[in-house]
Amino acid sequence: MDTRVDVRKTYKLFINGAFPRSESGRTYPVSDAKGRFWANASLASRKDARDAVLAARGAQPGWAGATAYNRGQVLYRVAEMLEGRRAQFEDEVARSEGISSRKASGIVDAAIDRWVWYAGWSDKFAQVSGSSNPVAGPYFNFSVPVPTGVVAAIAPQDSALLGLVSVVAPIIVTGNTSVVVASQERPLPAVTLAEVLATSDLPGGVVNILTGDPAEVGPWLAGHADVNALDLTGVTDDGVSTQMQVAAADTITRVLADVTADWTIDPGLGRLRAFTEITTVWHPQGV
Amino acid sequence: MGVTLLVPDAAANITPDASDAGLRHVLHALPGVDQVGAEARAAMLASRSIKNEAKRTAIDLAISMVDLTTLEGADTPGKVQAMCAKALHPDPADDLVPPVAAVCVYGDMAGIARAVVGDRLHVAAVATAFPSGRAALEVKLADTAAAIERGADEIDMVIDRGAFLTGDYGTVFEQIAKVKQACGDAHLKVILETGELRTLDNVRRASWLAMAAGADFIKTSTGKISPAATMPVTLVMLEAVRDWHQRTGRRIGVKPAGGIRTAKDAIRYLVMVQEVAGPEWLTPDLFRFGASSLLNDLLLQRQRMATGNYSGPDYVSHD
Repeated sequence: MDTRVDVRKTYKLFINGAFPRSESGRTYPVSDAKGRFWANASLASRKDARDAVLAARGAQPGWAGATAYNRGQVLYRVAEMLEGRRAQFEDEVARSEGISSRKASGIVDAAIDRWVWYAGWSDKFAQVSGSSNPVAGPYFNFSVPVPTGVVAAIAPQDSALLGLVSVVAPIIVTGNTSVVVASQERPLPAVTLAEVLATSDLPGGVVNILTGDPAEVGPWLAGHADVNALDLTGVTDDGVSTQMQVAAADTITRVLADVTADWTIDPGLGRLRAFTEITTVWHPQGV
Repeated sequence: MGVTLLVPDAAANITPDASDAGLRHVLHALPGVDQVGAEARAAMLASRSIKNEAKRTAIDLAISMVDLTTLEGADTPGKVQAMCAKALHPDPADDLVPPVAAVCVYGDMAGIARAVVGDRLHVAAVATAFPSGRAALEVKLADTAAAIERGADEIDMVIDRGAFLTGDYGTVFEQIAKVKQACGDAHLKVILETGELRTLDNVRRASWLAMAAGADFIKTSTGKISPAATMPVTLVMLEAVRDWHQRTGRRIGVKPAGGIRTAKDAIRYLVMVQEVAGPEWLTPDLFRFGASSLLNDLLLQRQRMATGNYSGPDYVSHD
């Protein structure tokens, strides 16, 4: 007879390249699309958010200082790892979104393609977004996009993988680091994505993933003085969105809000532009 | 030179002549330190939860105990002046933040520091061939005198660890006593460099030796050696000053230095001071933090408590 004991998985947070439990010790039950119990996920607290911001800040100079080519290579490596985990992603997407495995397979394809698409922009975005400017003087004047810094994002609530990837990739590809709050009811693909990121060449702290209630940790991230930009894509409650934008205004944090997204279509460069700033340099000519 | 060196063991109150043999007799009669016990007690004290009002008070107390330090070969007058300005007003946006206790610089910078802080803060200067302590006694004394001449009113000296570890306690004793003499009215902090002393037994012996030789403060480390200040080491030193006070009635200060970077760590040290030495030591006159980056974290935590939001490194000054 079969006496083997089940090896059950503990779904944890992803902070600074490690997988800690919530500092608070809390968890919450996650159900599949049919409402059946599936797993317990960590319920992140404000202190987990604080630790994640600290990790993201620590990783930011190194990640932004890497060459764009290098960042592109690292992201492509992540795509390779995503491909290797495709069966697990298909299963989790199907169960959490309540769709057929064929449809889930299409979503995983789209998610990996989206990641590769953004990876490719790494060393091309500056050509498109930057410019050399004609000025009335002996100067070579050019403008380049630079990363905003630490970006806190609330990931889409419905699209647990494709939406998540479409939010995270454009943030980090330009040299930002991120703290992402995963879909509250569908967090498991995000935890699996964290395992992919941990086993690729992405430096620890570039992406930090929290699971839990966006209405609880979101305002702490929004008010955090060391968060430079805020992506409110996954905030569904208008009251919470307003509260977070008010908190963000106190420390002059860049905000991306009120986006209605169809993740299946070509995303364009809007999300890359949202989290970069244009720096203009005057360089003397001649000599 | 006759001194009375008293040890906790009542049977061993001896008056040595500061000879190696006499000192060794006394220092080796000190009870050994239970290392596992010291680490466990330090860990237990570190687990205490300090919240809200108590935390607010502790942060301000910790700020007022900081010896704001810059000890780099690349120090410039400008850098020292900027640090002194910060020492006087740690948070320019908040007048309620207390000034730190002192600035700590190399001896040749003491005059520049004194010119900025006036008599509002102490100026501590490291001397005696800091950080190695490898120089002739005359050089060490001249180093000390030069720092005092430039305006230092606290001298941080290093002991000769080589002599201490070879058991040449007489040399260490004599050097501390001579430097103390050279200090005059200035306070003398004796750096034991515990990271090089290997055992907690040695830390206890070095603490007693320094106190007997005339130290006003005993300090853990130069900050140039890892490990620098640790909780167990500071625990042993706090026990030593407590016992010394019981025997002699004189209170010696303690200064952990190096490696204390967060407000959380600082508060743990304060808890330990309260529990081991006693509340009398919770004053800048008897307890200091030798630190540079600690002050910024204390300010960030203070801002966090004042505004309700987490603050960030963009909101404090960096050198």
